[in-house]
Amino acid sequence: MIEVSWALDHLDDLAFRVAQHIELAAIPVMIGFAISLALAIWAVRRPVVRGPIVSASGVLYTIPSAALFAALLPVTGIEIQTAVIPLTLYTLLIYLRNMLAGLDGVAPEVIEAADAMGYGRWQRLLRVELPLALPLIVGGVRLASVSTIGLVTVSGILGDRFGGLGFFIFEGYRHNFGIEIAFGAVPTILLALAVDLVLQRLQGRLTPWAPRTVRAIDPGRADPGRAVAGGAA
Amino acid sequence: MSTAERVVFQHVTKRYPGTGKGNPGAVEDLSLEVPAGKVCVLVGPSGCGKTTSLKMVNRLIEPTSGRILIGDRDVMQGDVIALRRGIGYVIQQVGLFPHQTIRENVATVPRLLGWEEARRRDRADELLALVGLDPARYAERYPSALSGGERQRVGVARALAADPPVLLMDEPFGAVDPIVRERLQNELLRLQEQLAKTILFVTHDIDEAIKMGDLVAVLQTGGHLAQFGTPDEILANPASEFVARFVGADRGLKRLALVRVRDLELRPAPTARPGDDVAAARKRAAADPFPYLLLVDDANRPIGWIDDRRLQSLDSLTADVAESESPLFDRHTTLKDALSMLLEAGVQAGIVVNDAGAVQGLVTVEMILERTRAAAEDGP
Repeated sequence: MIEVSWALDHLDDLAFRVAQHIELAAIPVMIGFAISLALAIWAVRRPVVRGPIVSASGVLYTIPSAALFAALLPVTGIEIQTAVIPLTLYTLLIYLRNMLAGLDGVAPEVIEAADAMGYGRWQRLLRVELPLALPLIVGGVRLASVSTIGLVTVSGILGDRFGGLGFFIFEGYRHNFGIEIAFGAVPTILLALAVDLVLQRLQGRLTPWAPRTVRAIDPGRADPGRAVAGGAA
Repeated sequence: MSTAERVVFQHVTKRYPGTGKGNPGAVEDLSLEVPAGKVCVLVGPSGCGKTTSLKMVNRLIEPTSGRILIGDRDVMQGDVIALRRGIGYVIQQVGLFPHQTIRENVATVPRLLGWEEARRRDRADELLALVGLDPARYAERYPSALSGGERQRVGVARALAADPPVLLMDEPFGAVDPIVRERLQNELLRLQEQLAKTILFVTHDIDEAIKMGDLVAVLQTGGHLAQFGTPDEILANPASEFVARFVGADRGLKRLALVRVRDLELRPAPTARPGDDVAAARKRAAADPFPYLLLVDDANRPIGWIDDRRLQSLDSLTADVAESESPLFDRHTTLKDALSMLLEAGVQAGIVVNDAGAVQGLVTVEMILERTRAAAEDGP
């Protein structure tokens, strides 16, 4: 069983790549969240900027990821930014769509009541609108996390310093060695599922008042009326 | 408990950009004064500007010109946030915060005002009890677990939380079924007896306006004040064709709902007790033009009627000779209800009794008709 002994020999490598994978996914998920939140609040406050913001994030989402990594390589070199920047850009559309849908979903009578009782603009945003948008916002975090965990593998195209578990996939492909591809792919899937499950629990914990059925908006799926072409992967 | 304050509209006009006069929601030169502690109902058809007028008080909408005073303060002077925290606000869709418990919802304005936790909690629970919701049962729930009527009670409790001198209510009972609406109206009237807030209340329902208002402002499409007065003045003396049509052809009957038995001078009842001397009773009956004698017990509680003609043939007065029934009224019975009951009664006189059931006097159909005629002569 050459496969089993190969796997056992590479457990150290696996641990290293899992840690790298988590790092390469977590940074874009967090930075993307912060950027998107600021953009979403700006869009809600100034409706004129909303269209351009959403369009721009939609255009970014359509660029093939391999092409974007390659295009950045001459600019930023073989550095972590080269992996993180594209991955961050891909989260923006997912976040924005969900944050805006969450903020739009706050009932007008709730906004009216908040204004009439004397909430200031920021108080209303922080204590009423954002908490009520939370189910969709956390839904966006789940989707962005799962999507980014998948995309991190593509950063292996930048060489063996990147890619997380994608490293094994690229290596396995190059050597036509099936077990190595599985060595990268299976943990990637498990990692995505585990993160999704944890965030799902968190979602329920954070919003005890909300119905359990809130589904995040996935820009990559068929979405009548607002189709988004292409896909990041 | 804070004191109520008057609300004054002085030549208030609201026009919307790009539109002329007479557009839906616009208000044209509205002047009226609601004295402190009174309920003023703004009523009119859709688009008459009644909601706009209400929302200008707490500056959810800002007037184009004119002034609105609360007490002596112009609402446009000073901080809008502070103004709103001092005005209770209730709307048809309630607008409870779905992510907060009922207690947190009620304590909203106290929280914004920086009250400490324990005081907020006590105040919220006190108000829940006041609107008829047991805090032990409701305080920890989320709004989604409540019925429409329960949510509206929470809405009223929330508006009262910081004890504001003025309350604005925009069709507060418009979304609940008629039975619940009736109950909520009665509860608000009962609360208002204790609280004596200045309340501005918007509705499109003239019956609700007559029932709830100390004063009624009838607004006409285009935002003109068609008439401002007490419900009785408006029913008795509609200022225009529009008001007359708006209040409806049955305004005579509606007026009867505004007058109660206590407002009438009661007719003394010719009475006798079982065991009284028949000859003396006959004499008393003959002296009174009313064709019946009322038999009462020792505590002056009514037993029944004896027809004068029958009295002639009796040898003695006993409880079992009483026959015809007639309705019993108390001081609070409206003349509309009284008339309706009398039209079906055997003897067309209602017996007015006090809390102990003792006879105070009589109300006859003639008295009610007389009252309507007198009122009609006040009219146009």
